[in-house]
Amino acid sequence: MNSFFEALIALHIVVGAFFIFVGSFGLLKLPSFMSRLHAPSKSTTLGVGGCLVASMLQLWAAAGTISVHETLITFFLFMTAPVTAHFLALAYLHTQRSIDESLPKPSPNSNWSTLLNEESMTHSNSVRISEKSK
Amino acid sequence: MIGYAVLFGFAAISIALLMNLWRLAMGPTVLDRVLAGDTMVVNMIALIILYGVQRNTTLYFESALLLAMFSFISTIAYCRFLLRGDIIE
Repeated sequence: MNSFFEALIALHIVVGAFFIFVGSFGLLKLPSFMSRLHAPSKSTTLGVGGCLVASMLQLWAAAGTISVHETLITFFLFMTAPVTAHFLALAYLHTQRSIDESLPKPSPNSNWSTLLNEESMTHSNSVRISEKSK
Repeated sequence: MIGYAVLFGFAAISIALLMNLWRLAMGPTVLDRVLAGDTMVVNMIALIILYGVQRNTTLYFESALLLAMFSFISTIAYCRFLLRGDIIE
């Protein structure tokens, strides 16, 4: 392995670890949940992608073959991180509305997308759970 | 050079895991804890990958892939439970 590959792999590892650190620091320090959601879902995913690219480069430099496992993990993480963030934001909107009913209505003939129908607008989440268990 | 970079990565990701643990313990809402747990699993995947780089082996990729799948499914299940009051309707 020549020194160019070593420097490239080390750069990817350092940059990836820095992005992971920044994501977790944002998760710790940002003020509200919606802003805290940004930090891990973007920055940490990018950092893990950097570490996986470093691992792929190392196997390529050592054995001369491109391994597919890292691309599998990378694609899986890059596909599931937006879905996870979207679901967390939906659940946060839902729990906030069942606490605070002063949010505006979206339009006269539609409802917020986290609710099933008009009937459930009047009940909080815990009431619906207790009704379903009866 | 790679050895020092991997050591730096271990240190940074370990501090990141400690910060996630702090958010997991102090989170004001349930969703903060769910988000912190999901981020912890992603950081664990990065640690496993860096350990594989340090040991120069491909043995740990399957465990990283399994952790990614389980974290995705468990986070979605938590969110479904909070949204609908049920996971499988």
